[in-house]
Amino acid sequence: MNTATPRRFPLPIDQLGLLLVLAILILSFGLTTPFFLTTATFSTIANQIPATLLISVGMTYVLIIGGIDLSVGSILGLSGGVIGVLMTGPHPQSLLVAALAALATGMLCGLVNGLVTVTWSIPSFVVTLGMLEIARGAAHWLTASRTAYIGTPAGALADSSLAGLSLPFYLSIASVLIGQFVLSRTTFGRYMVAVGTNEEAVRLSGISTRPIKTAVFIIAGFLSAAGAVMDVSRSQASNPNAGTGLELDVIAAVVIGGTSLLGGRGSVISSLLGVAIVSVLSAGLAARGVHDETKRLITGTVIIAAVILDYYRHRFTQRNQ
Amino acid sequence: MSLLTAQNLSKTYAGNTVLHGVSLDLRPGEVHALVGENGAGKSTLCRILSGITPPDPGGSMQLRSQPYSPHSRRDAEHAGVRMVMQELNLLPTLTVAENIYIDSMPRRLGVINYRKMNADASRAVESLGLRNIQPNRLISSLGVGQAQLVEIAAALAKRCDVLFLDEPTAALTSPEIALLFTQIRRLQKAGVAILYVSHRMEEIRALADRITILRDGRHIATRPISEISHDETVRLMVGRDLSQTAAFANPNPTPSPQIALQVENLTRLPSVKNISFQLHKGEILGFAGLMGSGRTETMRALFAADRPTSGRIYLHGSSAPTRLRSPRHAVRNRIAFLTEDRKSQGLLLPLSIQSNTSLTNLPSLSRLRFWIDPKRERATAEKYITSLSTRCRSSQQPVGQLSGGNQQKVVLAKWLFRDCDILIFDEPTRGIDVGAKFEIYRLLRSLADAGKSIIVVSSDLPELTAISDRIAVMSAGHLVQTFPRGQWTEESILSAALSQYKSGP
Repeated sequence: MNTATPRRFPLPIDQLGLLLVLAILILSFGLTTPFFLTTATFSTIANQIPATLLISVGMTYVLIIGGIDLSVGSILGLSGGVIGVLMTGPHPQSLLVAALAALATGMLCGLVNGLVTVTWSIPSFVVTLGMLEIARGAAHWLTASRTAYIGTPAGALADSSLAGLSLPFYLSIASVLIGQFVLSRTTFGRYMVAVGTNEEAVRLSGISTRPIKTAVFIIAGFLSAAGAVMDVSRSQASNPNAGTGLELDVIAAVVIGGTSLLGGRGSVISSLLGVAIVSVLSAGLAARGVHDETKRLITGTVIIAAVILDYYRHRFTQRNQ
Repeated sequence: MSLLTAQNLSKTYAGNTVLHGVSLDLRPGEVHALVGENGAGKSTLCRILSGITPPDPGGSMQLRSQPYSPHSRRDAEHAGVRMVMQELNLLPTLTVAENIYIDSMPRRLGVINYRKMNADASRAVESLGLRNIQPNRLISSLGVGQAQLVEIAAALAKRCDVLFLDEPTAALTSPEIALLFTQIRRLQKAGVAILYVSHRMEEIRALADRITILRDGRHIATRPISEISHDETVRLMVGRDLSQTAAFANPNPTPSPQIALQVENLTRLPSVKNISFQLHKGEILGFAGLMGSGRTETMRALFAADRPTSGRIYLHGSSAPTRLRSPRHAVRNRIAFLTEDRKSQGLLLPLSIQSNTSLTNLPSLSRLRFWIDPKRERATAEKYITSLSTRCRSSQQPVGQLSGGNQQKVVLAKWLFRDCDILIFDEPTRGIDVGAKFEIYRLLRSLADAGKSIIVVSSDLPELTAISDRIAVMSAGHLVQTFPRGQWTEESILSAALSQYKSGP
């Protein structure tokens, strides 16, 4: 037997490239754009990304098991709607009660996604596409398509801050760390990777794959609702259109992070870096006064370039393993 | 005289020679039967003759006395050499006519002339008596037998001087077989040379003019069918040296009175029919049979990988049957199933040896059954790497990079780690070199000696006769006979394996 010391954590190599890209982006915007390299820029970004970060954790899990969840944006909208209705209704509830109801709503949507996917072996792309419409429709039905202005009672969460950064930011970073830990150090995390690699082999190893897959969709729904809680708290209002198109932003960030759409491979930390890259790029281009259409062209190019880079990076690590 | 001749054809895959200098000649207007056990080299020979696989240098082939060396199946087809494979080669989402004329669709101005194509296809399938098949039906809407006939029709629809039929009747009913035979005789009269690969001796007796027997990749005999008896054919198919593997036999084959597993009337149609058997504690029970005889399907039904339609399973001497609901339930009842196809069903190829080994019992390596302890996980993987002498760089190496034998050792490791009492091995040594094979035989014997109860499904008869305490033989979905050690011969096993394939016109 050969006892060459294996790398315990394949983290540094995998994330080095992403960190490098992030550093280059920050530096080049910093050198070419006045007022970019300021704390204001970064605290703005930090306060904007918690919802996206949370949802990217769930999306990373879903992609790892070989699925996809297109309904996260709509679930965020519906869960936000639930908060708005509960806090502005005839018997206004506290933020805590409303938030718990929102989280339950998100988990319920995820449960439906998961159960339909595993029971009939339908591709999750189709199931969650249906849920995208259902949850958005439910959000509009629940709120009569009106934005509810809740005011200060909703702000309790987002207003708490430490060192200039909001509580939601810390919570979302904590979720990323927990998410990565669960993925790399628990039986559940290992089963997710295994299911995404070869579901039949996992099943024939005596492990039920359906509960694992269902749980992943519930987690994705839960985190979407948690994102809604943070967004509503920040804006002190609930808008039934919130989160429209968010699923694509999140998938883009996760894919830039190197998680495979084919399942079996991914990292929550890398998704965090993916979210950071997309956010810095967006903020930097905005600071340079680039028009929205140009921003989209550039963002799209970055997504494709990231996937091509990942292809070569993956081949490289495979060969050197 | 001869239409197609081949001399000294050999084929070696990764150091493993599957065909040793085989020669063959096919005469116009003859049906030439090709027989041999599983792995005798029949398919390889057909694949070489039909251009799918190149032979090793040194051999040569002639077609109509001209040198013949097809570089692809298409090359061979252009020369008039066609092959109908055992596994269907049709595109299920296209129509009957589109499949028949897939490489030569009649066109007018670049647009497919459907009317002409459908009319031609109609004639082609009608010549096989398939009057009720519309040419515009999708292949996926046909039964297996009908699809098989369409595939044969596709081969006959174009120029065809030499035709290879590989087990063409495996999925056909008797009337369909009769139609096929009529067609074969018609082609024969037209001067086509037909190489007919089959396990079904009755069909061969009914059709063939000459018979060629292969064994272990070697040419054993070619005789006119009238000059060789059924018994002699079977004897020539099996006779071989067993001395190498004799060492793995159980010196004391008295079965333990304890029953580890009793199966009654296990059925999952169409391939598993009323299977009943007992497995004693500490016994190695071999399952012999031809490919497609339902052995793997029986084991999958037993393990609840596929739900059986009926039947009872009694575990570990219990008098109450256990109804297994899922592989998880089976494993919890201490049954392990080491699948035939380790790459697609047994292993997670991109993941490490460590992750593959621990998979079957990960919670036991985890605090609160949830937080994996990486040190214990790694120690476990390395323990099995040492005890099975798996050749690898480290426990972190992806199993996809290992050789077949070492991959199989990882499969063994993951199930040894689960420590089940009943172990089902489906083709445990397929694609493995001789050295690793013997290590696996030794391991099977030591597991049985330690009180584990073992089922080994294998198409390698010498392997089964070497290691088994008893051998059960399956034929066409039935368990036809069980031989205790000392009461079998390779001939009697093969006869039993062929016994349910009584068909023909």
